[in-house]
Amino acid sequence: MLKVRVIPTLLWKNFGLVKGIGFDSWRRVGPVLPAIKVYNQREVDELVLVDITLCGTDETPDYESIADFGQDCFVPLAVGGGIVNIEQVRRLLRAGADKVTVNTAAYTTPSLVGDIAARFGVQCVVASIDVRCEGNGVWRTYSNAGSVPTGREVIEWARELEDRGAGEILLTSIERDGTMEGYDLPLIEAVAAAVKIPVIASGGAGNYRHMVDAVIQAGASAVAAASIFHYTEQTPAGAKAALAEAGIPIRQTFSAPALEI
Amino acid sequence: MKVGIIDYGVGNLGSVARALEALRATPVLIERPVDMHLNDCLILPGVGSFTDCARLLDQGGWTDAIKQEVRAFSRPLLGICVGMQLLADFGTEGAIDGDPRGTPGLGFVPGSVDHLSTLGCTLRLPHVGWNEITRGETPDNLFDGISDGTDFYFTHSYAFAATDPSDVIATTDYGVPVTVAVRRGHVWGTQFHPEKSSRAGFRLLANFLAGPQC
Repeated sequence: MLKVRVIPTLLWKNFGLVKGIGFDSWRRVGPVLPAIKVYNQREVDELVLVDITLCGTDETPDYESIADFGQDCFVPLAVGGGIVNIEQVRRLLRAGADKVTVNTAAYTTPSLVGDIAARFGVQCVVASIDVRCEGNGVWRTYSNAGSVPTGREVIEWARELEDRGAGEILLTSIERDGTMEGYDLPLIEAVAAAVKIPVIASGGAGNYRHMVDAVIQAGASAVAAASIFHYTEQTPAGAKAALAEAGIPIRQTFSAPALEI
Repeated sequence: MKVGIIDYGVGNLGSVARALEALRATPVLIERPVDMHLNDCLILPGVGSFTDCARLLDQGGWTDAIKQEVRAFSRPLLGICVGMQLLADFGTEGAIDGDPRGTPGLGFVPGSVDHLSTLGCTLRLPHVGWNEITRGETPDNLFDGISDGTDFYFTHSYAFAATDPSDVIATTDYGVPVTVAVRRGHVWGTQFHPEKSSRAGFRLLANFLAGPQC
């Protein structure tokens, strides 16, 4: 049976990890490399690493840093931030990424998601969608790290990305992000029901119960979180134990004493 | 031990190389078919779509060279993800109109590669995340020390349909039984990513490196 993934999200700006509230008020939360090492040792299910300095700029991804970060990462690593063409994807995969997340460029270069899928397979493209609620069950999407309204309605946009070849959707509520008040469950439920690809819930997790709700009530295939792991005593392992307690299938860790990593 | 990683333009080569280094092997990214013979064994990685990958293998002169290396020189080969799928006779992903069986693969393990939905799967696709394996009836040393129920990391929408069930050395359940590891002679393939399956994947790669042929 396929397991529900718990995915720490690492936002990376200049030289360190940061975490904001509502995509703003960034706080430094430490260096990148030790965080990845610790998560790897603790066998998290997957990591998402987004370079938020690159969004909307013409700069290319920092392949050297990605190569350093990937050095000790033996769980899947999705890398995002500023990706605008498939040559960048090829280089990121060479550097140590296993898949990429695409957000702003999906709006400005409509062929990009399909091009990546055609070359590297749909499983390589995680479409990241940032969303604000307008009330009455309507959510609209934002590009450029949540700063530019696109006018797109989320269900229609999610379906379009699925049609173009996205393999997963990383769905983030801008308003909930960093608040630790819980995921936007109606949003996740609406998108998960509208597409056939997996939906990763993101934005708002503050305790394990929020993660259980995202899976059981809203139908998320995976739960991403940042603040809860940066600012509280709660851990990915604790999250998985809580999910298991709620009857959700989670990955068992493999014991191989001779193969410490 | 020198492990040649075939660099034909796709694949998460960095991740595969890192895992091998951690296992104290020496990964070598091979950019020209002529350099394949310098290695003890070969890995055909894959993050890609079948037809695109098959075309890249053809264009780079890899297809015939790999067949020669494996058949004539008995070089052990491990295909990962699309690299495993390319071991088949045919794959339908991205196939251009023509042969209904799809695009030809390397033909090391008889069978074809089809979309999971055509194999009866009605669950969300791609099949992405950690799923548990069940070993085949014949024990294979690739799974030494890895028990049934061990989780590996998957990410794929197409799956291997082997002609001969005895080539299937592990399966998983995703609504339907899915072939996730094959072996014929000294050619192995895994649909999951051992290089990204943490300790379980390390154990499997160590088993491949320790194989009598490698």
